[in-house]
Amino acid sequence: MSNETNLVQRYNVKERTNHWVVAITFIMLVLSGLALFHPSCLFFYSLFGGGTWARILHPFIGVIMFLSFLGLAVKFWDHNHITDTDREWRKHLGDILANKAKNLPEIGKYNIGQKYLFWSLVAIIPMLMLSGFIIWQPYFAPVFAIGLVRFASLIHALAAFIGIVAIIVHVYAAYWTRGSISAMTRGTVTKAWAKHHHPAWYKEVNKGAK
Amino acid sequence: MALQSLDIKARSATTTPSPSVRETMEVAKLIDISKCIGCKACQVACMEWNDLRDEVGNNVGVYDNPADLTAKSWTVMRYAEVEVEQNKLEWLIRKDGCMHCADPGCLKACPSPGAIVQYSNGIVDFHQENCIGCGYCITGCPFNVPRISKQDSKAYKCTLCSDRIAVGLEPACVKTCPTGAIVFGAKGDMIHHAEGRVTDLKSRGYTNAGLYDPQGVGGTHVMYVLQHADQPSLYSGLPKDPSISAMVGLWKGVAKPLLSLGIGLTVLAGFFHYIKAGPNEVEEETEK
Repeated sequence: MSNETNLVQRYNVKERTNHWVVAITFIMLVLSGLALFHPSCLFFYSLFGGGTWARILHPFIGVIMFLSFLGLAVKFWDHNHITDTDREWRKHLGDILANKAKNLPEIGKYNIGQKYLFWSLVAIIPMLMLSGFIIWQPYFAPVFAIGLVRFASLIHALAAFIGIVAIIVHVYAAYWTRGSISAMTRGTVTKAWAKHHHPAWYKEVNKGAK
Repeated sequence: MALQSLDIKARSATTTPSPSVRETMEVAKLIDISKCIGCKACQVACMEWNDLRDEVGNNVGVYDNPADLTAKSWTVMRYAEVEVEQNKLEWLIRKDGCMHCADPGCLKACPSPGAIVQYSNGIVDFHQENCIGCGYCITGCPFNVPRISKQDSKAYKCTLCSDRIAVGLEPACVKTCPTGAIVFGAKGDMIHHAEGRVTDLKSRGYTNAGLYDPQGVGGTHVMYVLQHADQPSLYSGLPKDPSISAMVGLWKGVAKPLLSLGIGLTVLAGFFHYIKAGPNEVEEETEK
């Protein structure tokens, strides 16, 4: 590859695989979950072979997502502490969204939006697992008190909503910020991308390379 | 039980109105607890008509047998020994089963289209062929009635013999009751009949006798005449003022439409942001 020198490694194979296992299971959970949640999404049932199959598969897929998300959480934890630079960067959010940002604070591997995504998922995915466990028919729901099952049903819906909205923003941000998607598909971004969006991280990587 | 000879008024997981032009008579089953002798003929008739043969269980120390409703026992007699007045034992025997609420929590919670229907005559019926086995009906029910079968993971409960009603017969339990404690007819007639029974009970010293037709669930299509209508919980925990749980109301009434809308708006916000601002590209100078 002639342009290899232009590229910076952002994610290794393990991280990418882990991310996509979470992503694929998340999408399956959203589709089957929305079908169970609102009649306007009933047609998603057919993607799983009907309502009964959606009901059977959803919790098992959920367990796979929960376990694989644990992997991501551990891998990315240290990069997601929110710093003063991040808070400074957040003040420019209006300009950033309007593509007018200039002289941004030099942030590290993740910006504050990405960190918010990380922490919201860290909060809601265990909530989804726990509440989902309580409403899981036919194995576990019958052993829990009905009041708890009702509470868990509500919490499951609310937590899923937060997760879905966060992921919609995540997917859009990846598309909108040109050059980001290759980080998760090929593992690399261009040096220009890294310098522009995550200057402190780029410096760190360069230092390590020397 | 699928019954196309009855008009469907409400249908699970359906947000548009069901056919509602034809007007049919609202029916009700009235269970007069003061007349019940606890013979369990209704349980037997229910098993026989509905082709149900539950496992023979064990005696758990009380007359209740089976001890609880199951996917194969759609009605059970619950025996309560209480002393409302000191040294005056009363044996309050309640025939438990689906109450056929006017505002059914099971139907509200069900995510499978047509798995739960409410006929225009008021009967709430489960269509097991559409049931996906999620158990939301159990979550939604204020009376703890639906049961999921371990055999097929489908939910079952009393149908009020919708198949018999459809052809002009009374429910099997009504037909078999030897004391006339269970009667069936138009809901208005049943309320009228109950008033007579309540007057009679009051004249015999049951000053708190009354009809159990709880308005918190919009009224029910199975009603009780209670000697102690002020204390329904005496009757093996019959709820005093049942209604669909606030949790279920929030979940299915508020969260369901609002959160769905919120998700849709988030997608639109992203799309229109792109239309307005365009992509976030790294400038040429930085590229070099």
